[in-house]
Amino acid sequence: MTTYIFRRILIVIPVLIGVSILSFFFVRLIPGDPVRVMLGERARPADVQQYKAQMGLDQPIYIQYIKYMEQMFKGNLGQSIVTRVPVAKDISYRLPATIEAIFFALLLGIVLGIAMGIVAALKRNTIVDTGASLVALTGVSMPVFWLALILIYFFGVNLKILPPGARLDAHLKITQVTGFYLIDSLLMGRLDIFWNVIKHMILPSFVLSTTVMPSIMRLTRASMLEVLQKDYIRTARAKGLAMSKVVLKHTLRNALLPVITVIGLQVSGLLGGAILTENAFSWTGMGSWFYGAIVGRDYPVIQTAILLNAVIFVLMTMLVDISYAFIDPRIRYK
Amino acid sequence: MSVTSANPPIASSPSEPMLLAKPRNMWQDAWRRLIRGSNGRIGLAIVTLIVLIAVLTPLVDPYDPTTDSNMVESRKSPSAQHLFGTDRLGRDVFRRVMHGTRFSLVVALVSIIVGNVLSTAVGMIAGYYGGLADSTILRLMELMQAFPAIPLAIAIVAILGPGLLSTILAITIVGIPGGMRVARAMTLSLKNLDYVDAARSLGASNAHVILRHVLPNLISFVVVGATLGVGGIILTAAALGFLGLGAQPPTPEWGVMIADAVPFLRQSPHLAMFPGLAIMVTVLGFNLLGDGLRDALDPSLSGTA
Repeated sequence: MTTYIFRRILIVIPVLIGVSILSFFFVRLIPGDPVRVMLGERARPADVQQYKAQMGLDQPIYIQYIKYMEQMFKGNLGQSIVTRVPVAKDISYRLPATIEAIFFALLLGIVLGIAMGIVAALKRNTIVDTGASLVALTGVSMPVFWLALILIYFFGVNLKILPPGARLDAHLKITQVTGFYLIDSLLMGRLDIFWNVIKHMILPSFVLSTTVMPSIMRLTRASMLEVLQKDYIRTARAKGLAMSKVVLKHTLRNALLPVITVIGLQVSGLLGGAILTENAFSWTGMGSWFYGAIVGRDYPVIQTAILLNAVIFVLMTMLVDISYAFIDPRIRYK
Repeated sequence: MSVTSANPPIASSPSEPMLLAKPRNMWQDAWRRLIRGSNGRIGLAIVTLIVLIAVLTPLVDPYDPTTDSNMVESRKSPSAQHLFGTDRLGRDVFRRVMHGTRFSLVVALVSIIVGNVLSTAVGMIAGYYGGLADSTILRLMELMQAFPAIPLAIAIVAILGPGLLSTILAITIVGIPGGMRVARAMTLSLKNLDYVDAARSLGASNAHVILRHVLPNLISFVVVGATLGVGGIILTAAALGFLGLGAQPPTPEWGVMIADAVPFLRQSPHLAMFPGLAIMVTVLGFNLLGDGLRDALDPSLSGTA
């Protein structure tokens, strides 16, 4: 087991190095001189030179890369050339915001998706099954940003029962410790703020969960149907075991194996969905940060945001592989 | 060369020495199964309708978005005169949604066709020849796949500058690794089959084997994968339009129209409603058609996710 985990971690290292090189050079391809963007078209040449030297932009590109990596391992990710805020500082409060949203979206997507998949498989070819398929199909066919707007209009503007955006009502102040508002509000001992944070979280998490729920539901259903045909299920039923026990003890454990793999793949969709969802809900997370940087041609921010997206994705895939080995012993010995 | 792999004989057991019906080829067979399944039928109907709208609208109703505005009629609710209401500039939303159809379809079709031709070709070559080229290509694809799709597409559009052409390019590039890996994996298993050996021992060239024996056997997977991919592409293209990185105003692209509607969400929610519904119906149609095609071309996969 330890060898397997160790090997799996080793594979990730060259990928991470490749990803860092790619995201570094990628950003240099963006047209438009960042210094010109920063200082304006009529800046004096001397100022431009001085600024370039200050930012290290006048050196050969491979030296820029090495310097970048060196600084990164020291925890210095550069600063935004638009706002002048250190990138690390932006990340410290934006990353928790996105993780909070993605975590609840994933939770919601997994719970609802698996539950709907089980019910659909057990009630195969009934109206329940068709209904569940229809919900899943509608879910994959709907643009996330559009669903966000419709829900904002319905719950935020029309019914006024949920806030239309942001992470917290403007009049409430939160002391940031972890950056996770749910934890921070509890640390402050303010249940009213905690409740307010939850209310702000409901719509974005739900919208984001629709990017993962359909595939989890469909795979759970298909995989349940396959396992339910197995001989050992028939044996369990034949010896008089209750259906509920057969489903929970014999079917589900085996049926959920492929579902776990798919959850890992969904992280890509979640990171993409986060950009759209955060924009719609004015959520101050990584997605809206990345988008703002693209629009403002903010090199250091784009670079770090692309890199971070890839790193999160690669690490999540690794974690899924490892957890898979824990659940299915056959994987470890391959 | 008489070895044809694309037409597997219709199964017949030894007890039935003769086939009474004329053997159908794979595509005829698949067509019959597609029409029989309800998913495929509904999907085909929706897609046909959408394609007709895309082709006929510019012929029936010439439209110049740059001169279209009528401030007197600004932001009217849906009525008999304006089925979907009018937008900020008094433009008829129904008309713009109809004209928007072709933008989504062109982006989807061009990137699906170019992307799949490229990825299948590269995948087959990599899988068939193996060696250094194969592992180099594979590593590169793995690296590209380490980046989540939409952020990568956004980054590519940022490099190329916003617009429809950049959207097509970005979506094509992002889609290549997935298709390439499928084509490669299938080629790896196909190239060791007996009929490939037989063809080679008869003196067939590599190009002949790839084109006549490998390609026909993976084409149905490519077609199913491509059809199922169209929906996702239309969603991504609309998302880029919505973010201001894809098609540019005043182009009546659906994502752009939804972005235009955001400031008026409170007073005129219908402006966002209709383009979104158009996206949803189109994507739904392609997804149903893809499901139906998968069941039709590979009955063994029927009902899987």
